[in-house]
Amino acid sequence: MRVRRSIFRVINRRESWAGWSQVAPTLLFLVVFFIVPLAMMFGSSWMARGTYGGIEWRFTAEHYVRFADPLYLSILARTLAWSLGATLFCLLVGYPVAWTLANAGRWKNVLVFLVIVPLWTSYLVRTFAMIFLMRDSGLINTLLLKTGLIQEPLELLYTPGAVMAGLVYGFLPFMVLPIYTSLEKLDPTLLEAAEVLGARPAARFWKVIWPLSLPGVAAGSLLTFIPALGSYLTSDLLGGAKQMMIGNLVQNQFTTARNWPFGAAASFVVMSGVLVAVTLYLRMRDKAPGGGL
Amino acid sequence: MSTPSFAVEFTRVRKTYGSRAAVKDISFSIRPGEFFSLLGPSGCGKSTTLRMIAGFEQPDEGGGEVRLNGKLVNHLRPYERDLGMVFQSYALFPHLTVARNIAFGLEQRGVPRAQIGDRVKKAMDLVQLDGTTFGDRLPPALSGGQRQRVALARALVVEPPILLLDEPLGALDLKLRKQMQQELKELNKRLGITFVYVTHDQEEALTMSDRIAVMADARIAQVGSPAEIYERPRTPFVARFIGESNFLEGDIVADAGGRLTVRHPAGTFTVPTPPGGVVGTRIHVALRPERLLLPDGDAAVEGDNSLPATISHVIYRGEMLHVRVAVAGGGELVVATRNEGQLRRPMAYKPGDAVRVWWHAEDVQVLEADPT
Repeated sequence: MRVRRSIFRVINRRESWAGWSQVAPTLLFLVVFFIVPLAMMFGSSWMARGTYGGIEWRFTAEHYVRFADPLYLSILARTLAWSLGATLFCLLVGYPVAWTLANAGRWKNVLVFLVIVPLWTSYLVRTFAMIFLMRDSGLINTLLLKTGLIQEPLELLYTPGAVMAGLVYGFLPFMVLPIYTSLEKLDPTLLEAAEVLGARPAARFWKVIWPLSLPGVAAGSLLTFIPALGSYLTSDLLGGAKQMMIGNLVQNQFTTARNWPFGAAASFVVMSGVLVAVTLYLRMRDKAPGGGL
Repeated sequence: MSTPSFAVEFTRVRKTYGSRAAVKDISFSIRPGEFFSLLGPSGCGKSTTLRMIAGFEQPDEGGGEVRLNGKLVNHLRPYERDLGMVFQSYALFPHLTVARNIAFGLEQRGVPRAQIGDRVKKAMDLVQLDGTTFGDRLPPALSGGQRQRVALARALVVEPPILLLDEPLGALDLKLRKQMQQELKELNKRLGITFVYVTHDQEEALTMSDRIAVMADARIAQVGSPAEIYERPRTPFVARFIGESNFLEGDIVADAGGRLTVRHPAGTFTVPTPPGGVVGTRIHVALRPERLLLPDGDAAVEGDNSLPATISHVIYRGEMLHVRVAVAGGGELVVATRNEGQLRRPMAYKPGDAVRVWWHAEDVQVLEADPT
């Protein structure tokens, strides 16, 4: 918000040529690589499907109407539920991790580094690694069988649980880092002040630490929720393509089903979900003292 | 148990971090209602001492006793001590309004909601903050002085028997600081709350305190009233840290009639007999600049001691003139004289003039050695 306002301040000045020339490269980039493709996608989502793929220049709302079909509604609902679930899990796991990082003293940088290291490997490779962990002859089952805790291998892979685990594992760093940033900024004397004023540990957390880390929580949730919403690899590989997320739908429409307009429409449905999440975040950030990221 | 005679009592308290001693076996007691200052340079242990009163730090295991109102509190957490504290950075909760900040301690104590509004308003009145103007504002929207008042109200609203203040005026400009000094002093007298005040500003400590503990090197160098600290400093450190001091040393050559005669390279002078002053030993004394006298023209000066010296320079300080003189045989003294108006009655001396510097033997302070 603040950035946008200051850009306008630059270009509204009398010497507007100088202003425009400063923002022109950015504007050009955004128009060519963002706005135009997006407009093309949006346009084609209102067009009819071509017989052999591509689009036919005829206006129709059928692709959006099609989402009222229980089949697609259930995909939509599942996508939302899994994405929200993954975000919640990431928060539950990530918050204590972020707290530990923020209070790790001289080990702080090493630990932050360790959180980032998995991101050096492609998400695809990491998802395959999850398969090796969870399959019948995988590490987890082998260990449990060897120790005699179970007699038959557990069915881990190709379950909703596996998809959830994959999403949480994949996006956890995006939850941890923003929360870590906001906890690291927290002035420890605030906690001392609360303690002298009679606040026990639980009160110190809920009255001081939690509210002041909300910008980080919001940013982390956003950074987890958005990629989870659009993910298709995880449900494909770990879920065994048994239960689709909307990302899989989009992928299918553009590839095997060759229904580009419907794929585009599905993309915009995802995007509207993202838009809602971002709006909520911005609203929260503007209300929060000290701002977010 | 009888009513405790001390609000705060330290008995041989020691605190070490690794191998570094932050506080070495200090003992002192603070009377209820007293305005007590911990004064010293940074790193002297005054903040650690305050933090041990608050409960953020604990004395070493077996490292003495901390008592609050007679009760041993060595291992009590801060929230179990019922104290008020004002932090140097104010430490206001940035996400809570002024009113909610002040209400925080009351909420933690389970005070009924109906009473909270009332007590918050009273606390704001106490520190002269207008509740209707400031109650709904967030701390980042306040000036330094206003934040200071909120911090004070937040600490006082729970009516603590002891209020801890950690350099609370450090971030304010001079004028506001002077005003707050006075207000704090008045609050202390009016509310009867014991104030424990940490500062490195000797003038602030002298102005506000009933008693001062001067700390140096993790120990207490001297405890006493401002006048005792200023006029009877016990060690060179105290003499140097509080105000300005001149130092002279010499050999004791005679002990007669309650006076010691001391031989200095520039001449002899006498001092009142201190306990332990033995002929043949060395003695260190301090003299305040304003206790030194220069003869004004031909007029004779009072004083029963003098040393010859040469004026090195005259420093114009406004209400005072500081005359630096070199004493024969080495050493320099500063003489503070009242400025009688340099335009109408200029100073009779200029650099290079030979003079005698006079003083009263009673104004000499015999010093002990600084502890090592």
